[in-house]
Amino acid sequence: MNPIFQGLITIVVGVGGCVGYFYFANLILDRFIFPAKGPEAGRNINRANQVRPWLFLFPAMFALSLYLVYPVFGSFIRSLYNRAGTEFIGFGNYLNLFGDSAFQTAFFNNFLWVLVVPAMATFLGLLVAQLTDRLAWGNIAKSLIFMPMAISFVGASLIWRFVYAADPDIGIINAIRVYFGAEALDPLQVPFWNNFFLMVILIWIQTGFAMVILSAALRGIPEETVEAAIIDGANPFQVFFRIKVPQIMGTIVVVWTTITILVLKVFDIVYAMTGGNFDTEILPSYMMDFMFRDDGRATAVAFVIMIVVLPVMIWNIVQARKEMR
Amino acid sequence: MADLKLTDVEKTYGGTVQVLRDINLDIDQGELIVFVGPSGCGKSTLLRMIAGLEKITGGELQIDGQVVNDVPPSERGIAMVFQSYALYPHMTVRDNMAFALKIAGKSKAEIDEAVNAAAAKLQLENFLDRLPKALSGGQRQRVAIGRSIVRDPKVYLFDEPLSNLDAALRVATRIEIAQLKEQMPESTMIYVTHDQVEAMTLASRIVVLAGGGVAQVGSPLTLYEKPNSTFVAQFIGSPAMNLLGGKIVGTGETTTLELEEGGGTITSHYPSKPEDMGAPVKVGIRPEDMTETDANDFAYHGTVEITEALGEVTLLYFQKSAPDHDPVIGKLSGIHKELRGQDVKLTAAPEKVHVFKDDISLLYRDETVFLPGVQPH
Ligand SMILES: Nc1ncnc2c1ncn2[C@@H]1O[C@H](COP(=O)(O)OP(=O)(O)OP(=O)(O)O)[C@@H](O)[C@H]1O
Ligand SMILES: [Mg+2]
Repeated sequence: MNPIFQGLITIVVGVGGCVGYFYFANLILDRFIFPAKGPEAGRNINRANQVRPWLFLFPAMFALSLYLVYPVFGSFIRSLYNRAGTEFIGFGNYLNLFGDSAFQTAFFNNFLWVLVVPAMATFLGLLVAQLTDRLAWGNIAKSLIFMPMAISFVGASLIWRFVYAADPDIGIINAIRVYFGAEALDPLQVPFWNNFFLMVILIWIQTGFAMVILSAALRGIPEETVEAAIIDGANPFQVFFRIKVPQIMGTIVVVWTTITILVLKVFDIVYAMTGGNFDTEILPSYMMDFMFRDDGRATAVAFVIMIVVLPVMIWNIVQARKEMR
Repeated sequence: MADLKLTDVEKTYGGTVQVLRDINLDIDQGELIVFVGPSGCGKSTLLRMIAGLEKITGGELQIDGQVVNDVPPSERGIAMVFQSYALYPHMTVRDNMAFALKIAGKSKAEIDEAVNAAAAKLQLENFLDRLPKALSGGQRQRVAIGRSIVRDPKVYLFDEPLSNLDAALRVATRIEIAQLKEQMPESTMIYVTHDQVEAMTLASRIVVLAGGGVAQVGSPLTLYEKPNSTFVAQFIGSPAMNLLGGKIVGTGETTTLELEEGGGTITSHYPSKPEDMGAPVKVGIRPEDMTETDANDFAYHGTVEITEALGEVTLLYFQKSAPDHDPVIGKLSGIHKELRGQDVKLTAAPEKVHVFKDDISLLYRDETVFLPGVQPH
């Protein structure tokens, strides 16, 4: 069958199925289960209205539990079994993890990532949002800064491989070094600092995200509070840090935590740039190393990541809700 | 504690859109000047230019004899109260009021003293540790006023400070502002409003802005009793002054007028010159100055189309003489519902009859009067 035709059928069946579900489920509820007639009409209408939200939410809740809640428990159980999944070993995988120096490095590196990337991306995003606000070409600058958001992590890594290339004819860093008479080196092999060179890539990508959200938030600040501060004698720095930033603190926190959660998920950059060599491993890439080879251990890492992310996530949601009110 | 002088001040946006021109004002220390005018006439713009939030594109602004065109807002010795209050939402009332002093690097003792004094003046002592969002509209407005008092400015600027309050609170706050002004007789205040009652009750002088310029400056009663043009005549007072077509039939110390609509003859205390004889004029009579009469020297007669009995007064709307004319309105004290559909003759005392030739009052014939060229309402 023609693939276009196939695609169309899928769309029609999918959309039609959704519409049909809501239509017929509603119909059955109103006509047959709690009909709005007979001696109990009033009570039936109330009961139908109580059931209706759950009826409509059911598909989403079903899909979420199937693809999200079930895997969480599934993974946890899997992480309690051995490599082949044949033998229950309790917390053996976790004990092994914490004893593994590679895991400790990954944990420490990840800690650095969480510390640096969200802070830098949020800070730079805020800076750019503020600086481009009044510029005539501010929107062009913003579009350019936002563009990396559209590139996949692997794509971005490829670009930065050129930037970091050891060959001074390709890598700009080494080109500059050589120009000033220094020797070419591979930045990705410089111990400790190579972590930061990798972080730069994610900061480069995420600054655009932070900028867009924070720029909207800055625009939402009532202009008069700024004018009042100017009349009160505040200089531009004081206006920014004492009037503007506190007013968008909620948004800053949301951006910050959103990026933090992302940082705990990104393995692509490390995977594509160094493959985790030269002590640049982070938790997600460490997990990838074991996936399909030792699923018990990989799911254990996944679980550690989840436990680390959870508090950040809760905070994020609480803040985001506050913002929406 | 300061006087202001505006000389030929103008404002042009983007080099082409001129919103204000030839603004000349002398404001003395201790005055409470009210800017009024139709929406969009540039009241806020002028206030913001005085504050330093808007660039002055032409002319000169002096505060205390010093040209301040290029002096930043904080060094002009002004404080501004915004319509939206503009409180800092993340700071407590105390911090809101203390902000300017903290920026200025004042000592903690000094700040506390100033804040407490202002809070006492405005009955805000119990709210000092609250955030603005936990205050009512009237309380927020008082904090905004407190924030400016704390700085002890030379000039207070208010941009429609009461327009976000409900009617009752507006009256109460208006009286508070009047009392505040009395406590601080030294300070100069400039106040923008849409509300005629606010303007009439608070102002030492009113500036009527319209069509990009100043239509008239004067005490509230001057504007009410001796408007210099038909524009000001119709802008001040509610309902607006009736303008009736007529011509001058007798000149001298007083002027005798013959009216087109309704056809009567009346006298005005406005003096006129012999050459005015026969000149077409507009005769202005305020609705509240009209009285019912049986005599033949009535100013106007017509059929009452609608009556609005408001209790202490009744408004009479007469049949329009032409569809595009405003109806003549009379305001009689007491309740007069029975006049509906009747033919009524009205007249007014000579001192209440205003005469405008070419839209300029005969009283101001020797002065240059700015005609805004827009409708007052
Ligand atoms: N940035 C701008 N560019 C061009 N025109 C502007 C600009 N800002 C204001 N104006 C114009 O200037 C005029 C005066 O505006 P302003 O806000 O001072 O009026 P206002 O008298 O305070 O009106 P209101 O009584 O409605 O508050 C308006 O006609 C407005 O359209
Ligand atoms: Mg305004």
